[in-house]
Amino acid sequence: MKFALNDEQRDFAKSLDDLLGAADVPAAARAWGEGDHAAGRKLWTRLADLGVHGLCVPEDAGGLGATPADVVVAFEQLGRHLVPGPHVESIVVAPVVLAAADPGALERLASGELVVTLAAPPHTPYALDADIADLVFLLDGSTLCTGTAGALRRSVDTARRLFPVSAGERLAALPADTVAAAFDAAALACSAQLLGAGERLLAEAVEYAKARRQFGRAIGEFQALKHALADVRVGLDFARPLLYGAALSLGSADSARDTSAAKVAAADAAYRAARTALQVHGAIGYTLEHDLGLWITKVRALVSAWGTTSVHRKRVLAALSTA
Amino acid sequence: MNLDFTERELAFRDEARDWLREHVPAGPMPPLDTAEGFAARREWEATLAAARWSVVAWPEKYHGRDASMVEWVLFEEEYYRSGAPVRAAQNGISLLAPIIFEHGTPEQQDRYLPAMADGTEIWAQAWSEPEAGSDLASIRSTATRDEARGGWLLNGQKTWSSRAAFADRAFGLFRSDPTAERHRGLTYFLFPLDAEGLSIRPIPQLDGHPGFAELFFDDVFVPDADVLGAPGDGWRVAMSTAGNERGLSLRSPGRFCAAADRLLALWRERGAEHPHLRDRVVDAWLAAQAYRLYTWGTVTRLTAGGDVGAHGSVNKLFWSQLDVGLHEVALDLLGPESELRDEPWLDGYLFSLSGPIYAGTNEIQRNIVAERLLGLPKGGRGR
Repeated sequence: MKFALNDEQRDFAKSLDDLLGAADVPAAARAWGEGDHAAGRKLWTRLADLGVHGLCVPEDAGGLGATPADVVVAFEQLGRHLVPGPHVESIVVAPVVLAAADPGALERLASGELVVTLAAPPHTPYALDADIADLVFLLDGSTLCTGTAGALRRSVDTARRLFPVSAGERLAALPADTVAAAFDAAALACSAQLLGAGERLLAEAVEYAKARRQFGRAIGEFQALKHALADVRVGLDFARPLLYGAALSLGSADSARDTSAAKVAAADAAYRAARTALQVHGAIGYTLEHDLGLWITKVRALVSAWGTTSVHRKRVLAALSTA
Repeated sequence: MNLDFTERELAFRDEARDWLREHVPAGPMPPLDTAEGFAARREWEATLAAARWSVVAWPEKYHGRDASMVEWVLFEEEYYRSGAPVRAAQNGISLLAPIIFEHGTPEQQDRYLPAMADGTEIWAQAWSEPEAGSDLASIRSTATRDEARGGWLLNGQKTWSSRAAFADRAFGLFRSDPTAERHRGLTYFLFPLDAEGLSIRPIPQLDGHPGFAELFFDDVFVPDADVLGAPGDGWRVAMSTAGNERGLSLRSPGRFCAAADRLLALWRERGAEHPHLRDRVVDAWLAAQAYRLYTWGTVTRLTAGGDVGAHGSVNKLFWSQLDVGLHEVALDLLGPESELRDEPWLDGYLFSLSGPIYAGTNEIQRNIVAERLLGLPKGGRGR
């Protein structure tokens, strides 16, 4: 029994944190939302160089064949740093889809050469960044088709560029458990992004509370703010073990229950972090030029991505009721 | 990263499970804080001890099994899953014993640990005073030197002392040097509750049972042999128990997981009448699950040589709120029946309400989290 990250995982997180911390990711996210993908694509390549895009690709197809816990580690950093792009789709879901549709493309996926996206109704009705993706799919139930993107729909998170997708050529009928596993893995990666975003929001709020002075003292001295921030800490600390627990049970009989539990907890904790961070910042946090809003709107979008909190609560109870 | 247990650990768990299945009394015991309930639990403590299940993590010479921390947590899971009653001896076992192991003399260890393990001496805590609840550093009860008899005379008053109405002995802090500043000059004493000069007034709690007591000290003599740690060093000695109380020791995840399982059973029975409670049932189960996994993370950290530190406050905030939340949903599911005093969920609910108060109120815990974990500035307490 060793329920903690190992040294390799900590080093991996650190190298991603260093890489992304040195880049101006918020600027890349703003540009991405305006349709300028240059900075974001540069990040995409650098992340691929660190192995992020090959995490879920088998080793014999040029990937790392990493564990779900490694995926959680990586996506927490993507969320912490606000990296734009269809990462859940390309890194977590695409390997499953390509294994059925085009196994030869897996190596190019792992190297970061391919941008893959998909819509998977009902929970993921729009495909992220379909206008720049090399491959667009529609996974409707267990039926996999090529997809054709419609007109851009704007998300509350400006960096999430959403496109409706209509079915093209029918490619394959995926086994139901394969589809279920892909959905669970995507929901877990999304939860990890939420956790990372929540951690970042808490860190930003704490720094601001130490620096900002009102009524002659740092606002972080005020107990009302301290207690609100402490509650954010508690929420994030107890969401994290559910994520790693779900990573360990991914693909097992408890997979749906545990990934849904992780998504609910991560969404609630990150959302609380977002609301609290905004309240701590006050009016400055509500302005478009301040970066805080990029995380706040990201969290709001991810709360309902890959299954809303309500959908996931329902799945938990369904699993428990049949247990 | 894994949650896999060794063959040895699994064998230990299975042995515990089998024994508990065989020996746990059927049906609920009378409430802990009644004379009958306390007597029944004393008997249960003795049964546990006879089979060496009362203090599994202690050394064998003190009735333990030298169990590892992993085995201990596995045992606790099995204990509560089996429906076994809350331990009457828990104050001593989880709050005092770690201190006796760390700071006690060999004589104190031999004198107190075996009697604690088999339930013949049940301990109460005597921390709070009318003017010192969460703020233990403002303790006023005094200990004055009695050179002639080789000990100390205790005077003053303690209050909200859990279990003191039925217990045999108590542990607490007294101010032995009135000139020293708040945290210094306190001494940690062990004393019998039937000592001369000590009077006890039981205080009924919200459930009507005398779970608390007030203790009045009038020149109560305690020999030097019953000072734990060095005189004047009581604050430092006591703080290691406070960490235990907030952290791992007192609140086994098994307890909440067992309650969450009972809640699910209640949902299956009554859920159709209350579909709008669905999300709260899920959240209660989910919180218990989070707590269980968080505990395994803590065990991993402690096993690797880390300590709980201020994370104990995060832990305390979480389980105390989880416990209340879990019982609130159950009461809502029970509907109008929920107010009936013979409803076991109601007992559990009333007990859960104490969680955010004792072991340092949750407001104090939030200050600790904010200042020690988040690094926010001190001060501004009253604002």
